[in-house]
Amino acid sequence: MKYTLSILVENRPGVLSKISGLFARRAFNIDSLAVGITENPEISRVTIVVNGDEYVVEQVEKQLNKVIPVIKVKVLEPGKFISCELSLIKVNCATKQRAEIMKIGELMKAEIVDVSTSSITFRFTDNEERTQTLISLLKPYGIKEIVRAGTLAIEKGSSTAKKQNV
Amino acid sequence: MISGAEIMVKCLESEGVSLAFGYPGAAICPFYDYLYRSSIKHVLVREEQNAAHEASGYARAGGKTGVCIATSGPGATNLITGIATAYMDSIPLIAITGQVNSELLGRDVFQEADITGACEPFTKHSYLVKDAAELPRIFKEAFHIASTGRPGPVLIDVPVDIQTAQVPEFEYPQKAEIIGYKPRTQGHAIQIRKAIEAIEKAERPLICCGGGVVLAGARDELVDFARNSSIPVVSTMMGIGVVPMDSRLYLGMIGMHGHANANRAMQEADLIVLCGARVGDRAVSAPQQVAQKATIVHIDIDPAEIGKNMTAHIPIVGDIRLVMRSIADQMKKQAPQEWVERVLRYKEEYVPAGVPENGTGFVEPRSFMRALSRMMKDNAILVSDVGQNQIWAARNFNVKEGRFLTSGGLGTMGYALPAAIGAKIAKPHRQVLCVCGDGSFQMAMCELGTLCQYGVGIKIILMQNDRLGMVCEIQEKRYGGRCIATTLDGSPDFVKLAQAYGIRAAEARSNDEAERLAGEMFQTEGAFLLVCRVNPDTPTL
Repeated sequence: MKYTLSILVENRPGVLSKISGLFARRAFNIDSLAVGITENPEISRVTIVVNGDEYVVEQVEKQLNKVIPVIKVKVLEPGKFISCELSLIKVNCATKQRAEIMKIGELMKAEIVDVSTSSITFRFTDNEERTQTLISLLKPYGIKEIVRAGTLAIEKGSSTAKKQNV
Repeated sequence: MISGAEIMVKCLESEGVSLAFGYPGAAICPFYDYLYRSSIKHVLVREEQNAAHEASGYARAGGKTGVCIATSGPGATNLITGIATAYMDSIPLIAITGQVNSELLGRDVFQEADITGACEPFTKHSYLVKDAAELPRIFKEAFHIASTGRPGPVLIDVPVDIQTAQVPEFEYPQKAEIIGYKPRTQGHAIQIRKAIEAIEKAERPLICCGGGVVLAGARDELVDFARNSSIPVVSTMMGIGVVPMDSRLYLGMIGMHGHANANRAMQEADLIVLCGARVGDRAVSAPQQVAQKATIVHIDIDPAEIGKNMTAHIPIVGDIRLVMRSIADQMKKQAPQEWVERVLRYKEEYVPAGVPENGTGFVEPRSFMRALSRMMKDNAILVSDVGQNQIWAARNFNVKEGRFLTSGGLGTMGYALPAAIGAKIAKPHRQVLCVCGDGSFQMAMCELGTLCQYGVGIKIILMQNDRLGMVCEIQEKRYGGRCIATTLDGSPDFVKLAQAYGIRAAEARSNDEAERLAGEMFQTEGAFLLVCRVNPDTPTL
């Protein structure tokens, strides 16, 4: 099963290596990872998707909490958060296919960011499942390149994965 | 104006550090230059790994944070095994390393090593200092992190230009403020209540104590709890000596090399109070089987230990000393008499292996360890190395008011000699006995120089069987007797070697002789090396 963890860390050099190193040496698998600063520039948020069972995610959470610059770890409850992923997808596209491919993009709400005589590039922001759907729809035309960022996640409603007084 | 190096020394002084172990080099020279002018005593080791081990022995025996120092590059990388050893046994340690000029970092210049990167898995935390003004905060945090919660080593890597940089003033912070580090000390009251109810209901309760009890300074609390509730106690190797081993309710050490009667009690218990033990595979080989049969109450200051290797039915995260105190105060019931009698019968039925040998040309090590524990003072500190000598010591030496120090987690050969030196420096008025094999001794024997230079009066028992005994035994049993790379030909005459250093030494070839010489050894002022010739066929257990 996949778990999404929202982690607040001190925004200092070397923190990411402490976290990624922990995953490597404890044999936890990272599915995706995204880092960015928060509303407080001294604090960054790391969003990690891990694949594993309950034991693994519990250990990941506890071991992450032991890393000194880690301020807070929250395992997001399935169904109680919104997640999205950014992808850039470059597809083979001969002129006569252009309308057809654009139709798919329109249908999936993917934005066209670049067009050339032989290719078309989409920017797509949605959850993993819909990203997969788009990719499979575009596959028959020949995908030239995919660039995907890590999953971002935020809790539904007014609850936050924030530490008080931070 | 004040330099980074002077600040570093002032930080150590502010932390009450009176002694450090180390080995200088170019990249740490500015710091040493201020150490020269301070009251902090410095012990020059003979190889950096031993600086960490000596600081570890010093920390364990003295109950304070140990400090070790090395230069950049090879000096720093030599420290790693010592840091990792301390990490596995949760020993509070500050490792200070010099680093190349910060502008040259990453250019692979002379004696550059990414030591914070290399030590990442073995340190509780580490710092690469980029600004001399940050030094006071970093030192304050480092000492706080190393010594609180679950203790551990913290590394501070200081580039040489940061040591020479000038800062307007020095002010040592009163408190360390780390937003992501707030170890929980008070156990949860509801969990404690639940634990007491379960313990009172249990028909066959057992206490299993690990090294965490010693680290928490909870020996008295644990002994009180066991005595008031009549619950029998077993220990892991790291927990040896928590309960005086001659106590009626102490059953022995558990695990692969433990006492059969203690393991049997673990198997038959219906409730186990696990205190400060990480349940390593050598202590409990099939933790899930034990947890299926017994209710596990797991007390540890590190939440990550709960449920890591063994399912905990009633976890209590907190300082064992505080948790034990409240459990001891609230417990009303005594453990069922029938159970206590049963495990005490197992203990009585246990016959220790090994009888004294005379006339065979060998000292029988297990019975000799028992004889040594009769001869030594109650508060003696026993430091054992790793291998057969460790198990002979752990199973047969009766630790009473003293301590048993060993590399329980990482199993680092060569630990005993430096750790014993550190322990003796911390506790100069206590007997410190170092037990080694001829394999482990040769990994650290350069420290005989340190021992002489500072006149450290430790007593060393060297069990010489000309083998890497434990590995050899594995090869005999599991690899069809194909013993390879386990005979130690080419060893020196250890008595002469010690004498060359000016250390008194003698060799024993029978138990009678060994006991007589040990008697002389304990009468001797200063260091003494007693070489005991041991039959290579003597088993570990």
